[in-house]
Amino acid sequence: MVKVLKKDQIESFLSKLKENYELYGPKKKGFEVEWAKLDGSLLFDFKNSSLSPKSFFFPQTECMMHFKNDPNDPEGMIMKPEPELDSKRILFNIRPCDAKAFSLLDKVFMKDEASLDVYWKDKRDKTILIGLGCNNPSPTCFCLSVGCGPFSEEGLDVLAVDLGDRVLFKGITERGKEIISSLDDAEESDIKNAEELKKNAESKITRKVELDNILSKEILEVYEIPLWDRIHETCLNCGACTFYCPTCHCFDIQDEVQGDYGRRVRNWDTCMSWLFTQHASGHNPRGTKKDRVRQRFMHKFKYIPFRLNGEIGCVGCGRCIVRCPVNIDVRDVVNQMNQQLK
Amino acid sequence: MRNPYLPYPVRIKRIEVATEDKSLRTFELEFLNQEDAKRFNYLPGQFAELSIPGYGEIPIGIASSPTEGDTLLFTVFRIGVVTTKLHNMQEGDIMGVRGPLGHPYPLKEIEGKNIVIIAGGYAVTTLRATMVWLLHPENRPKYGKITFIYGARTPGLLLYPDQWREWQKRDDVDCYITVDREFPGWDGLVGFVPTITEKVAPSPENSVAIICGPPIMIKFTQPVLDKLGWKGEQIIMSLENRMKCGIGICGRCNVGPYYVCKDGPVFTKAQLDKLPKEY
Repeated sequence: MVKVLKKDQIESFLSKLKENYELYGPKKKGFEVEWAKLDGSLLFDFKNSSLSPKSFFFPQTECMMHFKNDPNDPEGMIMKPEPELDSKRILFNIRPCDAKAFSLLDKVFMKDEASLDVYWKDKRDKTILIGLGCNNPSPTCFCLSVGCGPFSEEGLDVLAVDLGDRVLFKGITERGKEIISSLDDAEESDIKNAEELKKNAESKITRKVELDNILSKEILEVYEIPLWDRIHETCLNCGACTFYCPTCHCFDIQDEVQGDYGRRVRNWDTCMSWLFTQHASGHNPRGTKKDRVRQRFMHKFKYIPFRLNGEIGCVGCGRCIVRCPVNIDVRDVVNQMNQQLK
Repeated sequence: MRNPYLPYPVRIKRIEVATEDKSLRTFELEFLNQEDAKRFNYLPGQFAELSIPGYGEIPIGIASSPTEGDTLLFTVFRIGVVTTKLHNMQEGDIMGVRGPLGHPYPLKEIEGKNIVIIAGGYAVTTLRATMVWLLHPENRPKYGKITFIYGARTPGLLLYPDQWREWQKRDDVDCYITVDREFPGWDGLVGFVPTITEKVAPSPENSVAIICGPPIMIKFTQPVLDKLGWKGEQIIMSLENRMKCGIGICGRCNVGPYYVCKDGPVFTKAQLDKLPKEY
């Protein structure tokens, strides 16, 4: 199902959807692009949001459960579940790399019945993703090298393409098709136009990342390359890469109490932190900066592919390249890893 | 859809000081709801997150065997925020348990074999569970010779003395209990676990060893077993790492691509030989 909508009709399209859904999309704020509730228009002229939209499914801080902090109350000190999300949501103009990241994280958060993260699932089930193909990828984009692309459809319900005065909508899932069913069918020329934009976008992504040796070698071989002795030296362990990354999903769980109200929350955590793996005994299995820097790259480019049949734990969005305060470029790191394993 | 993060409410039924230095206590927990007890289906080697609202959670190996009934036993060393709070709690207090988590020892797969259990210090907890399970009349006939080697620094630091004294009296278990050096009133074995293991010299033939102890004990026991001809596939170990979620999501307890909480904590020596030593 391929539909089309003139840009001057977007407002009425959105207002109709607003009756049943909360609508979100990227919004400019100074030099940054952030995710915000839609006010009737859509932003098309942007590279990608500064932070990935992962907090829609995995908030930076999330209450998991609560309890009455009173041992004398018969119901006290017993954890009670939080209510589920009470709305349905649509995220407009999410970039294909971010959607791919969430499809990857589904395999982490919903691995099997015993490891089914109800918080993640609830929000995923109630959120429709309408992607926007990247007509002009950034110089830091390398999605094509990691099984993704500027017009990748994985994880999306609808893929939109900006055709200038109009927007093409390609329905991918059933619920996505339902959202766009009332729109006009796209013309043959619109579809051709979108194809051209896709080819053009793909040709603009010139930086390649080689992974074949990393994927084929044994875990310990990759773990022991000399690169690790060097690559961590400039790293500050600040963790910015992990917070900006759409596939980074590590979290901490903490209890908070105020008066007779208590709750258990989870917060984004980072493998760059020394405390992340610190045992109560004082022993730390990843006690050095080298261990922690290696863990981040091993996790994305060896451990996740090892577990998920070759699927790479990075979608090539390039945010970590942009945000790293000491200019560590994941593309260089991966290429050097691969090179040293020749 | 069950929320895997939500603990089952339990009541502390009994607390026992487990060592003479009072650094370990054993907690017997009973479920507030009978259906939760039914759902908590576990085997020796698995662990649970003990949850103390307001303080947090701590992953602890289950020291009881399911053959002992519906209550759970945990022996806990006082070291951090949660365990210190736990040590200050009273019988009758309400807390939570989340689990069972991780894989048990492969007891089904090793039926018909001789079992050698080697334990040091307070890592003996899940091996107590294993022994109780193996010695249950329904299970004992399924296994060959059972050897239990257990050591601690001092007699007062040996956990579960009532239990292993019973095992010492049985003729279907070879039980070796040792302390690091001579102590007044101790008439048992004296020597480190690796030394005793060398003297006992368990044969690797049709055998499986389950080893839990401090890294230093494992380090010096390994060459002893190597010399006796044990292979990595026959040696089963249980790892510990810092954990939060306990279900393979939160990302901190991994050893290479495996999560200790979800894919372990039980691994064979052969498996660990192919992985980074991040534990």
